[in-house]
Amino acid sequence: MNVSLEWLAELLGRELDAADASHRLAMLGAPVEGIETLNQDLEDVVVGIVEQAGSHPNADRLTLCHVNDGSETREVVCGASNVREGAKYAYAPAGATLPGGLRLSARKIRGVVSHGMLCSPSELGLGSDHEGIMELLTDAEPGTRLLDAMPLKDVRLDLEITPNRPDLLGHRGVARELGAVYGAPVKLPAIPHAPVDGKTARRVESHGVVGGVEVSIEDVGGCPRYMAAAITDVKVGPSPTWLEARLRAVGARPINNVVDATNYILFELNQPMHAFDLDRLRGGKVIVRGAQPRERLRTLDGEDRALDPQMTMICDADGAIAIGGVMGGHESEVTSETTTVLLECAYFDPKRIRRTRQTLKMSTDASYRFERGTDPEGMDDALRRAVALIRAVAGGSEPEAAIDVYPTPFRTRAVFLRPERVEHLLGMRIPVDEIERFLTSLGFAVAPKDGRLHVQVPGWRPDVTREVDLIEEVARLHGYDSFPVELRAFKPSAVPADSREPRRAQLRRVLTGHGLHEARSFPLNHSDRDDAQRLSNPLSAEESCLRSDLMTGLRASAERNWGARERDIRLFELGIVFTATAPGHLPDETERIAAVISGARTPPHWTGSGHASDYDLWDAKALAELTLGVVGNRADLAVSGDRWVVTDGDGRERGWVGPVTADQPAWAAPLIGFELDLDFAHAAHVQYRELPTTPAIERDLALVLPAGVSAADIEASVRSTSGALLESLYIFDEYRGEVVSGRSVAWRLVFRSPGRTLRDTDADGAVDRVLAVLKEQFNVERR
Amino acid sequence: MPDHPLYQQLDELAKAVDTIALADEAELAELRTQLLGRKSGKLTHILRGLRDLDSDARRDVGQRANRLKQQIEAAIAAREEALAVPRMTASDVDLSMAGRRQWQGAIHPVTAVVDEICDIFREIGFTRVTGPEAETEEYNFVKLNIPLDHPAADEHDTFFLDGQAKQPCGEWKAPGRLLLRTHTSPMQARTMERYQPPIRIVVPGQAYRRDPFDPSHSPAFEQIEGLVVDDGVSFVDFKAGIDFFVKRFFSPETEVRFRPSFFPFTEPSAEVDVQCQLCRGSGCSTCKQTGFLEIMGAGMVHPAVFERCGIDAERYTGYAFGMGPHRITMLRHGIPDIRMLYLNDMRFLGQFAL
Ligand SMILES: [Zn+2]
Repeated sequence: MNVSLEWLAELLGRELDAADASHRLAMLGAPVEGIETLNQDLEDVVVGIVEQAGSHPNADRLTLCHVNDGSETREVVCGASNVREGAKYAYAPAGATLPGGLRLSARKIRGVVSHGMLCSPSELGLGSDHEGIMELLTDAEPGTRLLDAMPLKDVRLDLEITPNRPDLLGHRGVARELGAVYGAPVKLPAIPHAPVDGKTARRVESHGVVGGVEVSIEDVGGCPRYMAAAITDVKVGPSPTWLEARLRAVGARPINNVVDATNYILFELNQPMHAFDLDRLRGGKVIVRGAQPRERLRTLDGEDRALDPQMTMICDADGAIAIGGVMGGHESEVTSETTTVLLECAYFDPKRIRRTRQTLKMSTDASYRFERGTDPEGMDDALRRAVALIRAVAGGSEPEAAIDVYPTPFRTRAVFLRPERVEHLLGMRIPVDEIERFLTSLGFAVAPKDGRLHVQVPGWRPDVTREVDLIEEVARLHGYDSFPVELRAFKPSAVPADSREPRRAQLRRVLTGHGLHEARSFPLNHSDRDDAQRLSNPLSAEESCLRSDLMTGLRASAERNWGARERDIRLFELGIVFTATAPGHLPDETERIAAVISGARTPPHWTGSGHASDYDLWDAKALAELTLGVVGNRADLAVSGDRWVVTDGDGRERGWVGPVTADQPAWAAPLIGFELDLDFAHAAHVQYRELPTTPAIERDLALVLPAGVSAADIEASVRSTSGALLESLYIFDEYRGEVVSGRSVAWRLVFRSPGRTLRDTDADGAVDRVLAVLKEQFNVERR
Repeated sequence: MPDHPLYQQLDELAKAVDTIALADEAELAELRTQLLGRKSGKLTHILRGLRDLDSDARRDVGQRANRLKQQIEAAIAAREEALAVPRMTASDVDLSMAGRRQWQGAIHPVTAVVDEICDIFREIGFTRVTGPEAETEEYNFVKLNIPLDHPAADEHDTFFLDGQAKQPCGEWKAPGRLLLRTHTSPMQARTMERYQPPIRIVVPGQAYRRDPFDPSHSPAFEQIEGLVVDDGVSFVDFKAGIDFFVKRFFSPETEVRFRPSFFPFTEPSAEVDVQCQLCRGSGCSTCKQTGFLEIMGAGMVHPAVFERCGIDAERYTGYAFGMGPHRITMLRHGIPDIRMLYLNDMRFLGQFAL
């Protein structure tokens, strides 16, 4: 939200330094996102007085003026018709640079040298008027910088206001915060030329008449309080410079004096108001009611809007004229012809405004404030000030007191605060008188009562509803940075740590140790699977489902890497996948691990002439087995087509290892991978096995395997036949050639006995038995 | 048959294999002739003696002799290779050539940051736990004192899950819609419902908001939640805990700043800023000239949250915090775009390998 530093300074009756004020606001909870010095491009413009205005010798429509700039009098040619002798104007001398970067020089206009120019508001970036030059109503001496003579010197602060603090959406609220730390009370500035005959509003319960208009509330829930004042004989026109300057300083566009006055009150007191052209209200009525089915309204922004009964409407006898608290209607808008104004000052229910705003998908300065909660107690003063301001800037009078329809007045909220609770929560003692001082400075009314403080909450603080809210106020004003940083004793957590975390870390260590990078894929994708969990409001079709596997993301990552001409791919990912369950139930979340590898198994090295062999299925199988080893649960890899299916002890499918189909360029190596459920087993500690003290005997067994006999078949048979002496066995070669039919696979068998040194005959006997059984079982013979 | 002298000779020769591994170059040449020499080599001698045996013994000894021959040859080859290494110091080898590397994988930089943060909090007694990413309105909002009909909920632009009634849960009741958690804070409620104080936890995990991708936003992002609940936990303890973390994670000299803020589930609430690590506080474009960077939202647990989670709000107090490891990772490594952290580009990830 934009605030004007000058406006704040005026409310506080003291000068403010932009940097210091910004820092203090940040430390109070309203950080400043931007600081902008306004109208800096008017540095060169000064006050000039036209001492003489004569006709131009060579042009009828030009005036030749003698302009006194404080040091001397210069000839300036002027094209505006409103120039007159004795008046002061914004004068840009030769050499000055104007907003937009135009640099003036003395130049001939129709044969006469003009030393600079008298400027219009548009030329100074101060308004849209480009017809007439800007006459200055100022006491400043000629030669004074325009920035010093007029209220143009200002700094705009862009504040970030949290949704709990609607009061900070107005300058008075921001000033109040600053005042609490600067020790300066807030005082509303006097309105120049304001009338002194303000009247107190008449409180009525359900309806009353003002300016000949009967005002009533039917939708009390949506609008608990509605005030209206009638101002007659106004003259709609441009606002005075000071008012326009205030609005421009906060980035608002001046419209006309009546609308500008209501906006001024909005930005000053955070009370949105709406001005109706009273003569355009039909039937002499204003009714606040819920919208009727299929009712429509053309709002001020020109949109034709469909309404629903949740919305609070302001209506005349014939129908809706405004969406209460959101936007006025086109028909009853104040125009240059308006002479009588009905000024609305209301409180709208925040939740209803929120719903209306969401339904209509529109947010206005008014709805933004009503949604966060305006001050129902400050409406009297706000309306009185608004009437005075309109009368000051647009003339007119208020023949009768405003009407105040307020069926059930809000009760003032009071909260008890225990000083010892302040110490308990904040961890340090803050003296009671200090607490009282803090709260009072923010506008709370504090009275000690039975060892506690009875704190009355002002209407502009809807966020303060319980003791802890007051403790926060104390902490804020004491200053968060003033609390000590002191690490005190603590008890260990009763919540046990997730025992899977060290295993996840171990998996990461193992796989990165094998050269794989850890991937993190975006968890939303597109899926055609029936059990994919879909989103009801996705950002796009490509991100409409929660991922049901990790491989989809890794495959896409591989393809992107190929797209970047990267041939060697080694990625793994640990993550959650989702499966939809019954409607209305949360999806299942399963932890998985997946990996893909492709390309060179090792980095190129000159000893290998730069060539390294590529990853194949056997690398993926080993990585998967390694992973399963860390996970620790029983898992079997069964061959299924061109890949392995991983099953758990109960025979349930828990993953797979094998080739991965992807959209790969011709030069890419095969992509291989795996994806496994991660249900970690209880981590058993390694149990020490005695180291062998006796030598081992090795025997090699090259066998010719007919089609249909697998290595696993052979190994199972060898293990069961060879008995306890077989320590281990492994395949060390496979040979497929024309010489042998089928294939030849060579195992190395290692025999050892812990108790004695084996003799060759022990090993040979075992090998003979193995061969006999293999011959019988599989018709397998030695090569 | 095994007592045939040829068997003894074979056993003798087998012992010679061990001596090969110790031989120098001259000895190796000697051994080669001695064992495998075509004229007088001992193995050659044995093979010649085969013809004196019967067929069974011939086959057996023959196999053994051949196996031994392979072993000897392999041992000699291995020794030759080993002896070749010292020659590397000779002037004809260019030692400036590259060593032989293996692929080295990298932990994802976000994981590394998450682990580091959690490990630091473990030093001051926090245990690390995780929770579900799909949640209910009840846990994501209601129990955390976030009214859905208040502008405070607007920051949580939420992905809802399909297959639910479209009606939001009313004021404070009804189970409400299912959604993807917009923060890791639901684990505050889940933990407090399950455990009695003392509670000290950190909860890393993914959260989701319906913000389109841009350089600093992702619809999914990592978050770390922290929660402390116990007797007598105060604002001073809160500041000390956070300060401990910041000084460990960044550096002992790093300045920490606590600013008042607003979160519905903490009161008092704070934003925590740390001194900008790039400019050391003097102001730069990363910190928008403020010298500080915001790294977490935090505060004292709101009593309304305790009340909704079955914790005695008069007896217990506590603090909670939440921070974004993606953002911290980007700051730490100077990564300009959050999308880099989701693309799994080998060249990018490789930069984080050792
Ligand atoms: Zn910086």
